[in-house]
Amino acid sequence: MTTTAPEKQTRDYFPTEDEYQKLLGRRTRFGHTVRLTLLLMLTIAVVGLGILLYTIIDDSFGLVAVINENEPEDILAAYGYDPATTTLNDLNKEQLVEVLAGSVSSGVGRRLERDQRFFEDRLVFETQEKWDEVCASDDPPAGCDGGVRSKGNVVDLVQERVIRPDIVAASGLTGSILNPDRFKEKVQQDFVDNPDNYEPFTYEDVRYTWRAWFSWKFITSPASDRPEIAGVRTAVLGSIWLVIITVLFAVPVGVGAAIYLEEFARPNRINDLIQTNINNLAGVPSIIYGMLGLAVLVRILEPITSGSLFGEGAPNGRTILSAGLTLGLLTLPVVIISSQEAIRAVPNSLRQAGMGLGATKWQTVRSQVLPVAIPGILTGTILAVARAIGETAPLILVGAAGFITVSPSGPFSQFTALPIQIFQWTSLPQEEWRHLAAAASLVLLVLLLTLNAAAVLLRNRYSRRLT
Amino acid sequence: MATGSDIQDVSMEEQLERKRRPLDTFIVGSLFIAGAISIAITLGILWELGSESLLFFTDEVVSIGSFFTSTEWSPQAGSFGIWPLILGTLLITFIALLVAVPVGLSAAIYLSEYASARVRNFFKPVLEILVGIPTVVFGFFALTFMTPLLRSIFGSTVGFFNVLSAGMVVGLLIVPLISSLAEDAMAAVPNSLRQASYGLGASRLETSLRVVVPAALSGIAAGIVVAMSRAVGETMVVTLAAGASPRNFSLGEDSLFGYILSPFEGAQTMTGYIAITASGDISYDTIDYNSIFAIGLTLFLMTLGLNSLSRRIVKRFRQEYE
Repeated sequence: MTTTAPEKQTRDYFPTEDEYQKLLGRRTRFGHTVRLTLLLMLTIAVVGLGILLYTIIDDSFGLVAVINENEPEDILAAYGYDPATTTLNDLNKEQLVEVLAGSVSSGVGRRLERDQRFFEDRLVFETQEKWDEVCASDDPPAGCDGGVRSKGNVVDLVQERVIRPDIVAASGLTGSILNPDRFKEKVQQDFVDNPDNYEPFTYEDVRYTWRAWFSWKFITSPASDRPEIAGVRTAVLGSIWLVIITVLFAVPVGVGAAIYLEEFARPNRINDLIQTNINNLAGVPSIIYGMLGLAVLVRILEPITSGSLFGEGAPNGRTILSAGLTLGLLTLPVVIISSQEAIRAVPNSLRQAGMGLGATKWQTVRSQVLPVAIPGILTGTILAVARAIGETAPLILVGAAGFITVSPSGPFSQFTALPIQIFQWTSLPQEEWRHLAAAASLVLLVLLLTLNAAAVLLRNRYSRRLT
Repeated sequence: MATGSDIQDVSMEEQLERKRRPLDTFIVGSLFIAGAISIAITLGILWELGSESLLFFTDEVVSIGSFFTSTEWSPQAGSFGIWPLILGTLLITFIALLVAVPVGLSAAIYLSEYASARVRNFFKPVLEILVGIPTVVFGFFALTFMTPLLRSIFGSTVGFFNVLSAGMVVGLLIVPLISSLAEDAMAAVPNSLRQASYGLGASRLETSLRVVVPAALSGIAAGIVVAMSRAVGETMVVTLAAGASPRNFSLGEDSLFGYILSPFEGAQTMTGYIAITASGDISYDTIDYNSIFAIGLTLFLMTLGLNSLSRRIVKRFRQEYE
């Protein structure tokens, strides 16, 4: 205001030295507080990730309470060995087979032998005539190929068929290290509270051992309804088959579409529509792709996806082919968009040089643009595939079968996959399955981490070469 | 071998005519088809969702009116009102945003405006790892860590299946989405704006919150909407942690905060219903089979609406600098 006195104006607009210092202090403190709050929030995300990984690792290892149907010491004593000095692993293969043969029924024994022989030179459960007859039939069992079980395999069989351990309780890694007694008290208490659950065994029969749920044996064992021996081989193989089909579909189509959109498409209505459409598809929830797969691939195209058109007989369209193509459709927009970015990053001078030498547009693209863009395309594709491996919802829709112990043999097999296995084990109420789900998650994460590391390495090598 | 006389034989006009290259035409044609497959996918989705939904709505036990108005979803009892499923989806989305927006935005502001290169190099990969973890693993985490944690804090009022646990874990899942989109938006704000602000005596905080964030607001808002669409479509976490029973309610009788909006009870979502119904050996052309497509259509339209909203926000409010 023009009428106000100059001193007054000074007081209104400019604080005194004291006030100024106070205001400045407040501003600085406020700035610091907010900065710390922001950092704290960011840390929450990191802590969340940390706890997630910790939960998975914690559940993948730990103490278990086991009840053996037959104690190994009793078995060793029954066959005349000294349990104090000998363990099962000290026996040789002949002795182990003898123990096995003494405990399993002859029917089970024959089945085991038909899966794989025990000895090269003699049969244990089968008679020679019967064996020759079975092997000469139209559908000979796997054992006829002549492969022989190793000693480790026979030890596993004795464990599984003779000792028959039953895990009654399991504990996490931290609990097992820091406070194993609490776990043992809990198990003991449960025996007091619900003795009926454990009939005919009592708490005296419980043995405590360490168990790595995540182990090489876990990866190589097939699925099972017994948590003691269940593994993820079936699921891992299913996932690998899915990835192969996904890549075979999504990479050629996706890269082709990206080349078209970046190099050949003139800006007209159809091409604009395609581009907008791809951006829209990238935002469609994965479960919707699952429904597309169910309605079109599994149901309408059943003659093709079940293989009946080619004389292979899956009972319905819920096969690896359907699921792989569904994942392919799902990854397609991601592959297109990342390939487009890689192609766009190729300097225009390369194209002009190619055209200037008289090459046609396609010749330029093939021999100038693509070789430079390929590392970028590969990086994007690997990341897209990594996403596809972890997808669960679409697989549920196209019917990844519940309980499958037979490894998939081709695109027309029924299958299960790693994320589906994790989903199913997580939904089961008993504690043992939760540990299996954790171990399977760990397998999946290791797989994804490897793929991501490959993508990062590729990206680094690529960026070094350009600079 | 072409000799000089060969060329002489060809008339001038033919020489100047554009040479036909069947191979090139074929290749460009195939590339176009590859691009057009994406259109076929969209048409396939629309056709399959539309036709199966039509079968559902023309079924004699279903009425399209009660589908959009009824607040009870019990397929066994023949009542198909979608609101309980939408309620579940919205509750979880709301809780997820409550977690993810503050965390994601703070992370973006800190990384874009405050962090040194070393701090960025530590936090960025962490967020990238978070993106790469499959959602089923997050579901396992919700069920084995988050739910027991909430139950030990709030006691047994928290159900074994509850939307709070599912919502918080979905929130953790979409944090990187919000933070990376918001960070991109803030990185696009020209440095001259920051310098002008510092020149006027503003602190770093004032510059971030009063200059950079408002300038990037359209991008930030678009990112939040995209994250919301992602939360709506999220399946595995909610299937595992939020339970398989729809929260049927009656607006007059049930208490609003005690039951209808309670975070401590389970509530099936749209995606959860689809996944659970389809995971059994579902037979074609049953009312259950058709119903998942009607739900899917609703879900598809919701996410499509959110995604186009986010693009509209960016287009409409984008500020062009320089």
